[in-house]
Order: sequence, then structure tokens, then C-alpha cells
Amino acid sequence: MANETAIEVQNPDSEKNRWGGGIRPFKASYGKLMMWYFLLSDAFTFAGFLIAYGALRFSMDAWPIPDHVFSTAPFGISHAPLIFVTFMTFVLIVSSVTVLRAVQEGKLENRMGVVKWMVITIFGGAAFLGCQAWEWTNLISVEGTTIYNNPFSSSLEDGTYAKWDDMVKAAPNLVEGSTDFSVHYADGGHGSETVKYLYSPAEPNVKYYEKIDHHFFHRTGADEHGHTAGGEPFVKGDPYLIAYHDGQYIPGAYIDGAGKLKSEPMGPKAFGTLFFFITGFHGFHVFSGLVFLLIITMNTWSGFYAPRKNGHEMVEKVGLYWHFVDLVWVFVFLVFYLL
Amino acid sequence: MGHAHGLSPVEQRKADIGVGVKGFIILLIITFLEVAVALVGNGHIMDGVTFPKMLMIPLMIGLSLYKAYYIVGTFMHLGHETRGMAASVVLPMMLLVWGIIAFLWEGEAWRQARHDLDKHSKPATTAPSGDETSSIIKPIDQISNKIWLS
Repeated sequence: MANETAIEVQNPDSEKNRWGGGIRPFKASYGKLMMWYFLLSDAFTFAGFLIAYGALRFSMDAWPIPDHVFSTAPFGISHAPLIFVTFMTFVLIVSSVTVLRAVQEGKLENRMGVVKWMVITIFGGAAFLGCQAWEWTNLISVEGTTIYNNPFSSSLEDGTYAKWDDMVKAAPNLVEGSTDFSVHYADGGHGSETVKYLYSPAEPNVKYYEKIDHHFFHRTGADEHGHTAGGEPFVKGDPYLIAYHDGQYIPGAYIDGAGKLKSEPMGPKAFGTLFFFITGFHGFHVFSGLVFLLIITMNTWSGFYAPRKNGHEMVEKVGLYWHFVDLVWVFVFLVFYLL
Repeated sequence: MGHAHGLSPVEQRKADIGVGVKGFIILLIITFLEVAVALVGNGHIMDGVTFPKMLMIPLMIGLSLYKAYYIVGTFMHLGHETRGMAASVVLPMMLLVWGIIAFLWEGEAWRQARHDLDKHSKPATTAPSGDETSSIIKPIDQISNKIWLS
């Protein structure tokens, strides 16, 4: 008996003391541990969304090609696949490193060091959100991708974009119609041009246009005429983008291997839905992270955490959340932009 | 990052900066590698040079998983927490191994089901050329999306 008592005294982690509380088997505070378990549950939420994306993508024959969809950047840059999103990823990595520095300075109880690195992190997060806002605006208002419409897809068969004469020859019983579209010229002027199409009176909503692209409506040279892709061949798997202007989609007509006239089908709707939902949910995490960062930066600056003498643990907790936002982006970047 | 090694604040800060700089370089290099694989592999950089998808996909997934491992282990410091705590976070994630396999499998089954359904519907958008009687024309994705999204 005397022996057992001696062991109890020597070993504070004995059965009796554990029930008394105050022992941390994981050597982490309640708050930090719960932040981890919140992040675990959040990881499952994101995983659920990304798995839904995978399942729906696997269920479609055609899917938009990322290098084709994400090939525009601000300042008129186009045909630059993945460049803008690589910049966004870079911004997020930088902000992840700066928040790491804030946590490290917090452990050294260097109050103003924490504030400095937190402020830099906030700028990084805001820059990322700004980039995302530009990307969304471009996709929605310029290219016409929304949560219920998607003009991006990849071809399911070989074919050749039809010129007007080929269209008439391939489907002689179709009727001619036309729509006026506004055109922007390089000198800043505007004009209206008529675009012809073929249609069947029995199915007036299916229209056969000569294949045009965004450039058709936004000319770089004042005297330039609208370019059409008529006569250009494509093969199965090639990406395409259905032109979008004045609130209308203008699918290109093509002639398939059997000589039949067809119209480019819209891409899978699920693409736009999933893209805006998942990047939106991630963007919301970035936004809420910014709010938390701002609050904790102000508290740190005011000296609120210094008397706790726990190495500015609140900074560590918000740091965990911020790293997690970067972690989720790794997988969003992988499935939407790389694969 | 901890004070366990009895470093002075100056020495500790120097070590901390080292961790940050190293992490930054590693994450940046891996991201550039991923983008390089995507761009070169899809033939955007060198004319006529492409990688097979079956090589690119595992490579990009592997690099992303390493990035995730590095962020969680080093930046989020999980590698330096107690084993029990790390396990309580990492082990539940194993459920996703099942989740990914099961639902991608399911997605492929849906694709097969769509094909079976399409056999009983009209073909994709084709203009009537005069000698045909078919009048109902629907793009293939309209038929498909109706099943799942409305």
C-alpha cells in the first residue's frame, strides 16, 4: 500500500488526478482542440461538395476543358491558360506564410510583430477575393456561365464548322432568320450588325448560326470584319465556347462525319452550378476568415491578449483557420483548374 | 516554434523565419510544377508535346496531396502535436477513401444509365434535311440534365 501511494504522488497523471481535471492528454487547450475538430467537420463539408463534383463530372460524356475555360486574365489578357488562377494561388500561399509568421511572433509575445504580419495577411486575403470577383464577373457577364447555363463544353464527335452556304445545302428546308447584335469597335464606337441563322418553324428555338466567338462582338481594329470559324475542322474532345452577347447564346453550326447539320449543344449545367457553389463557399470562408483576422488583429493591437501570457493563442487559432482555407484551395485548384 | 529548446527570442525568430521561407519555397515550387504539368502535358508550351492523361492525373493528385500534407503537418503544426491528437484528426479522414471511390463509381454508373435512356429518346440536335420526318430536336445535355437537375 505504501508503495502505491508513493507512485501516485510521483505520477501526477494517475487515475485519481485525471478525474480531478486540469490535465490535457493532447497537450492542447480546449479552444485549439475544438478549432481542429471544427476544421475536421468543415473538411468533410468541402469533401462532400468536391465528391459531388467528381460524381457529376464522371456522369457526363462531355465536360469543359479547364485550360480553355480559365484562360482569360485582367487587362485584356486572353489565351493564357491557368495564368490568372496560378497568380491567385500564389497570393493565397503568401498569405498563408505571413499568417504563420504572425503565429510565430505571437509565441514570442511580440505584439506589434503579430499586428504587422496579420495586416499583411489581411491584404493578401483581400487581394485573393478581388481576383475571384474579377473571375466571376468575367465568367458570368462576358462569357455567360451562370449557375443554370454553361456555354463551355468539349466536342463529342469530329466535325467541321459550317459556312453559310454549306448550312443551306446540308439542310435545305430550314428557314432564314436574323438577329441584330451590338458590336464594340476598337475606337470606342458602337454599331449594330445583323447575324443570320437558319431554323425550322416547327422548332423555332433551335437556331443554326455560323460559328463566331467573343471577338466577333469586340473588334480590336476599327475596320475589322467579324471573324467566323466556318470551314474550320475540330475533333472529338476539342473544347468549345458558345458565343454569348446581348443576353443571348449563339451556338455554332457544324457538319458531322455523316454530312448532317448540327448545332453545338450547351455544356453540362452542373459545371456552372458546381463552380460557383464550391468556389463561392470557399470565397465565403476567405471572407469570414478576413473578418476574424481583422477582429483578432485589433484585439492584439490593443494589448487584449498580452496579459493571458499564452503566446497569443487566439492568433494561433485564427491561423489554423486561415491555413485551412489555403488547404481547401489546394483541392479546389486541383479539381477545377488542373484535372 | 515552441520554446522547448531554450532558444533566445532572436535565435527562435531566426528559426521561425527559416520555417516560413522554406515552406513558401516548397509550396511555390510544387504549384509551379503542377501548372507546368498541366500546360506542357496539354500541349500549350511545346508544339506536338503532350503527356498521357494517365500520367498527368496521378502526378497532379500526388503533388496536391503532398502540398496538403505539408500545410497540415508544418504550417498547421499537426506534425508536432501529440500522436493521439493528430490521429483524432487524420483517422476520420480515411472515410473519404471510401467516399471518393464509391461516388466516382456511382457517377460512372449514372453515365451508363444516361446512355441507356438516350437509346430510347431522340438523337442529338440534327437539322431535318428534308427527307426526314423527325421534328423533335433536343440537345443531348437537355435530355440528360432533365433527369438530374429538375
